[in-house]
Amino acid sequence: MEEFTYTRPATADDATGAHSAAEDAMYMAGGQTLIPVLKQGLAMPTDVVDLNRVDDLAGIQVTGDAVTIGAMTRHAVVAASAEVKGAIPALTVLAGGIGDAQVRNRGTMGGSLANNDPSADYPSAVLGLGATVTTNQREIPADEFFDGMFATNLEDGELIKSVTYPIPEKAGYAKFPNPASRYALVGVFVAKTAGGVRVAVTGAGQDGVFRPAEVEAALSADFSAAALDGVTVPADDLMTDMHAAADYRAHLIVVMAKRAVNQANGQG
Amino acid sequence: MGFEGAMPEISLSINGAQVTGTVEGRTLLVEFIRETMKLTGTHTGCDTSQCGACTVHLDGKAVKSCTMLAVQADGAEVTTIEGLAPEGEMNPMQQAFNDHHGLQCGFCTPGMVMRAMALVAENPDPTEAEVRHGLEGNICRCTGYQNIVAAVLDGAKALRG
Ligand SMILES: Cc1cc2nc3c(=O)[nH]c(=O)nc-3n(C[C@H](O)[C@H](O)[C@H](O)COP(=O)(O)OP(=O)(O)OC[C@H]3O[C@@H](n4cnc5c(N)ncnc54)[C@H](O)[C@@H]3O)c2cc1C
Repeated sequence: MEEFTYTRPATADDATGAHSAAEDAMYMAGGQTLIPVLKQGLAMPTDVVDLNRVDDLAGIQVTGDAVTIGAMTRHAVVAASAEVKGAIPALTVLAGGIGDAQVRNRGTMGGSLANNDPSADYPSAVLGLGATVTTNQREIPADEFFDGMFATNLEDGELIKSVTYPIPEKAGYAKFPNPASRYALVGVFVAKTAGGVRVAVTGAGQDGVFRPAEVEAALSADFSAAALDGVTVPADDLMTDMHAAADYRAHLIVVMAKRAVNQANGQG
Repeated sequence: MGFEGAMPEISLSINGAQVTGTVEGRTLLVEFIRETMKLTGTHTGCDTSQCGACTVHLDGKAVKSCTMLAVQADGAEVTTIEGLAPEGEMNPMQQAFNDHHGLQCGFCTPGMVMRAMALVAENPDPTEAEVRHGLEGNICRCTGYQNIVAAVLDGAKALRG
């Protein structure tokens, strides 16, 4: 790993200040993606601004209609949160299935979203629930946040502070984990919300997380697994890699969507 | 803001002893444990955050020490495999790995035992499925896991007393 200057701010303002004062800084959250990236020399920042001691970035607040989760909240904390489970159980299912226990003890929601790995779990919840990402500069709606594989609309130095998830009528998340990495080979988040049905797919799209129109249309007419019988998703824009071909992923999207709907409907 | 210089000084508890050391920002926790503290029971396996051989406890929680900076453990309590029992003795989980032969080459064993101890602290009476899910971050290339799972279930029982 190349050398860098390490800073450990105590507030979000100090963190953004340290980032902009440095030549080429990166924030470090749980480090579960960034440390491997630094080891491989895929990024060589002059400065690392550690967010782990910024306490106004962690924590969970549940109100009558929304769940707000601080960027530095670790996956294990979300997975074990009775409050989150009471409001949006699908979110605890999702967080509890990320990677492995050690990764969940360090990895954070903000880090996962900023990274926008095409196979990461959280982006599907943000898009599926139509959440709002709050940064030090603005509020970004889910439909505008993601910008293709490993890319977001965050500006350089922009800091995710929290994410607000509107509480849906019901929601479910099912993933087919890559047996080696546990990342989603395909993961599907379904939500029945006041504004309609939203579905988000991770692990499959060449441009990262996306909303499959065919699945949304079928579930809008009838929010049941049976409504997806015979529905197909085009494989054209899906990934093919050593783990799975695009047509296999297209098939898995419908299978995972059915499981997610059953979970949302309390049927397993 | 914390550290001004390039070489932060950190102070932490390792296996109950307070230690102080100078590190670089980029020094990994596993490097500090093995190379500075000479506690070589914690193994570096893959060094890519996958295998879990380097698992230690940070304030009671299992973490991969190859995927954390040493400076991030400043002020924390770290426990390594050496901290589970006095020299020459074994704690019940270690004994269970011995009894069930939960290993072949032994390289992954320290990480397995540390992860198992954290799992049992959170869930003292896990089912076999919970043990398998709980060990997903620890890879063994020899055993096929059967005896490891048997050891963890038995170690959990022994720790319940
Ligand atoms: C073995 C293994 C298995 C995994 N399996 C899964 C899985 O199944 N599903 C899954 O979703 N993920 C998985 N992950 C990734 C894991 O969830 C990471 O924790 C996550 O992708 C990054 O979060 P982090 O907190 O570790 O961020 P870091 O690694 O610290 O940072 C990642 C990036 O985000 C930026 N960043 C961090 N916080 C902020 C912020 N608040 N504002 C702006 N930018 C920020 C950093 O600068 C960096 O570029 C796995 C990781 C490992 C090592």
